[in-house]
Amino acid sequence: MPGEFLDQIFVGAKRYILSFFVGAPEWLVRLVSSLITILVLIHVFLGLFALMSVLERKILARIQNRLGPNRVGPFGLLQPVADGIKMLIKEDIVPARADKVVHFLAPIMVAAPTILALGVIPYGRNMTPFAIDGGILFFFAVGSATELAVFMAGWGSNNKFSMLGAMRAIAQMVSYELPLILSVLPVVMIVGSLSPDAIVAAQSGYSLGVIPHWFVVTPWGAAGFLLFFVSGLVESNRTPFDVPEGESEIVAGHMTEYSGFKYATFFLAEYFGMFAISGLAVTLFLGGWNAPFAPLRFIPSYVWFFAKLSTLLFVFIWIRGTLPRMRVDHVMNFAWKFMLPMAFACVLAAAVWHYQARRLAGWLWSLVIVVAVYFVLSRLLDARKKFAPRTYRFAE
Amino acid sequence: MNTAAFLFIAILTLAGALAAAVLPRLIHAALCLVGAFLGLAGFYFLLGAEFVGLVQVFVYVGAVAVLIVFTILLTRREREKDHASDWGGAVVALAVFVGLLWAIFQTPALAVAAPGIEPLTVRAIGEVLMTDYVWPLQCVGVVLTAALIGALVLVMEEKR
Repeated sequence: MPGEFLDQIFVGAKRYILSFFVGAPEWLVRLVSSLITILVLIHVFLGLFALMSVLERKILARIQNRLGPNRVGPFGLLQPVADGIKMLIKEDIVPARADKVVHFLAPIMVAAPTILALGVIPYGRNMTPFAIDGGILFFFAVGSATELAVFMAGWGSNNKFSMLGAMRAIAQMVSYELPLILSVLPVVMIVGSLSPDAIVAAQSGYSLGVIPHWFVVTPWGAAGFLLFFVSGLVESNRTPFDVPEGESEIVAGHMTEYSGFKYATFFLAEYFGMFAISGLAVTLFLGGWNAPFAPLRFIPSYVWFFAKLSTLLFVFIWIRGTLPRMRVDHVMNFAWKFMLPMAFACVLAAAVWHYQARRLAGWLWSLVIVVAVYFVLSRLLDARKKFAPRTYRFAE
Repeated sequence: MNTAAFLFIAILTLAGALAAAVLPRLIHAALCLVGAFLGLAGFYFLLGAEFVGLVQVFVYVGAVAVLIVFTILLTRREREKDHASDWGGAVVALAVFVGLLWAIFQTPALAVAAPGIEPLTVRAIGEVLMTDYVWPLQCVGVVLTAALIGALVLVMEEKR
């Protein structure tokens, strides 16, 4: 394998640091090893968060035909530093009627699960920070704690906008958790394991040396990836599903009564959640850290992972710059009437693909199933017939 | 290492459960109950039952706790008043606890050392569920589907 040294450079570096602790007791070695992993993980993603926050503003500005931040540092790259200092020195306002303890704990409780969820994603060959057998399950288990944290934020603020935002957030997160998990199910079925490393390993081959065995190149995988991505948009409360904090209706949802660094923590949690869900999408459907073509395998694995992650994050920003916000009842209808049946269709299509020996015939049959279900659903849900042509009273 | 972790989790779990029982505001009690649930999940992890621990978090923190919180929220009529402590409940709880403790110490199983079992993997659980326990699994599926349809029927608007 060419590029072996560069590929394993971070693993080697950690081993080198641990070699200083050869004579030390075992618990100390384990503690140091965990601490190194945790510190690197948090700092890499804090750096990515800073970069992402300025890039998002730059790209949105480009989409809206303006310049974006360009005053602080070259190309405005030091903007996150300025933002961080601003957030730190702002006054921390706690409403007089707020539930102080719950109000204080909520931002921490929102941020902690997202950081935990980042731990089970394989970032490169031998680079899974927390490799456990049920990694996928762990991801969703800690992810489900976010709902409670959002509720704490809404309820602790003792404000009607906060409460409304929290209710909306929980409603849509609970609804979309179902298609999110069901779209992961076919991958788990085909691989036969809940471990992210096994899922990446199952996608490592190439057909004819050029077509990677990523699940996204199969029909059920492509459909599952789209379902997963849309559910991920909802779970991280991003446009067009940002009804919980719809600023034109309910100020800022559950974040209304937060200021200063607590507000920044909510933002951090939103971005970390986005990184986690994109990282899982890369792991499940886009081949994890595998190179897209066999000849490109000399480029280190983590480069591929972060390239794919950045692409998905760019799509997140792109969608935010393009689509308007959905109405809250449409969001819920979409989950139960379209996403859920499509996710079941994906499970069926994956089973057909598997039992046709994963060949071309199975590929075509699963395509037939996914497309047929899609057409039936879109025909059934077609609402165009129900509305009369719109008439304008004053705008003629 | 394990003893320290056990003590830490045990104290956390008991404190959470106690707070859930005595705190005057229902929401606080519910949130403390979540702490107790998390402590239980920690115990499962400590015992090597990774899958059970994860499902504990998934089901109890992700679903049951949200359900409890929503129930409190939607049924709260007036601001909570300070309730005088209900000693009857405490007596009943203590009686149940002592009874259970007595029953546990009466069992002969305590004297027998637990046989060493292999750590359960997710794969093993899945295989057993799909072979030996496939009928109970299907029955649970039917019950849950019935519950889902029932909920839909309850909230469906009546056609005029």
